[in-house]
Amino acid sequence: MGYFSNIFNGIKTLLTGMSVTGKVFLHSRKGTITQQYPDNRKTLKMFERFRGEVVMPHNENNEHRCTGCQKCEIACPNGSIEIIWDRKVNPKTGKKKKQIDKHIYHLGLCTMCGLCIEACPTDAIVWAQNYENAVFDRSYLTKVLNQPGSKLMDGVEE
Amino acid sequence: MKTEAEKIALTTTNTNFKSEEYFVNMGPQHPATHGVLRLLLTIDGEIIKKVEPDLGYIHRSIEKMCERDSYQQIVHLTDRMDYLSSHINNEAVCLTVEKALQLEVPDRVKVIRTIIGELTRIASHCLWWGVMGMDVGALTTYFYGFRDREMINDIFEETCGARLTMNYNIPGGLMWDIHPNFVKRTKEFVTHFKTKIPEYDRLLTGNIIFQKRMKGVGILSKEDAISFGASGPVARGSGYSCDVRKHHPYSALDKVTFNEALKTEGDSMARYQVRIQEMWESLSIIEQLVDNIPEGDYKVATNAVIKLPKGEYYQKVETARGELGVYIVSTGTKNPYRVKFRSPGFSNISLLNHIAVGGKIGDLVATMATLDIVVPDIDR
Repeated sequence: MGYFSNIFNGIKTLLTGMSVTGKVFLHSRKGTITQQYPDNRKTLKMFERFRGEVVMPHNENNEHRCTGCQKCEIACPNGSIEIIWDRKVNPKTGKKKKQIDKHIYHLGLCTMCGLCIEACPTDAIVWAQNYENAVFDRSYLTKVLNQPGSKLMDGVEE
Repeated sequence: MKTEAEKIALTTTNTNFKSEEYFVNMGPQHPATHGVLRLLLTIDGEIIKKVEPDLGYIHRSIEKMCERDSYQQIVHLTDRMDYLSSHINNEAVCLTVEKALQLEVPDRVKVIRTIIGELTRIASHCLWWGVMGMDVGALTTYFYGFRDREMINDIFEETCGARLTMNYNIPGGLMWDIHPNFVKRTKEFVTHFKTKIPEYDRLLTGNIIFQKRMKGVGILSKEDAISFGASGPVARGSGYSCDVRKHHPYSALDKVTFNEALKTEGDSMARYQVRIQEMWESLSIIEQLVDNIPEGDYKVATNAVIKLPKGEYYQKVETARGELGVYIVSTGTKNPYRVKFRSPGFSNISLLNHIAVGGKIGDLVATMATLDIVVPDIDR
């Protein structure tokens, strides 16, 4: 009696489990979460807060908002940001002012914690939503965020 | 402590050693150890005589790195400890710093922290359930667990900006306010997941093979759970009431009513059922809070350089694995003098030898799965 009821119980629980998988199999098109990833690159849109990499937006006159205050460099926990700066004479006011030469960002060191962007007083750096950061050589991961020949936007004060 | 070479030498020269017993290395790259954990097994045929966890393969000295960093920078390191409950780890550090500064955060922050913390707990248990099934040979559970976890990850990605290592907490509040879609998506998830837990039960819990693998295996008594310092679902499966959320409520957990999941059997099945029960309780906590998130600020302004007053501060929270304690010693400078994390995984792995000895080697994998090991949490 015990032997047969054991077999019977075993088959019953197996069929109960298979009814779940069968239901999912038959309704597999509804509620599917799988994405056809490399094929859907054109339509794939990340959320607006997604942390892809740090970028510095420039306007059409090749101007950025970075004053070179180095708050991002201090806030960064692992030294991903280096700022090379100089004091140059501002032609309009004739006074010497801090200006960035290079805003260097090491993507390979970055942990995407977001503290630099929190710390920035002028919103000079923001998150970009790109998600394909693989490169063929490690040196490509070191990026200069300000474009060549760019300068500080007028009216941006710390 | 004997070195590896001495141990091997011992096995070859010791004449008292029975000829049937031998050492087997399980790991460090074994799929069932969920990471780089190495177990030194002494086995006699299929019977386990001794299990010795060998730790340190991914030790990153997070506690030492904390001494270098400022208090804002510590938070993101704790993401990398127990990465499946990263939000709760962040919260633990922030609560400790806020306690030291005697900073009262707004109710909105407390409620949002609790909701996201409970979502993290469900996501962690979803992953555990999938992997648990896979460890005992049921591959389907892995896909179902990840399917439902994906919805939570989407919520996190939209609100916090990342799926796993979120770093959404800062001392004094949150990094951003919640996304406008957050409440809608969370409600959608709650209704969706309520139909899925009974499905989990039908698929795996009632399964006769699973029950035979789980019941009466890896028994841990309540006394041993206390003496080994176990916490979380492992201790609650043995009847030891130790839920920090219940006994020392933090954030908005004193405003909600929920039951502490408790089982008294102490075997693998009890630990499994405690976690399934915890998913229900987390859902009920989210339901109570999500409808009336209070209005207000999402952070309190703190100094750019946080300096804690001289002293020692401790705060514990309940992560998905158990009790996480954060202990900070401050000398009044901008860096902590010493940071210690009391991680749940380290205490829980210490009782593996106790509950696995005398069992079969196949049961060791199932027992380890019910301990819900996350190796970065053990090593730090």
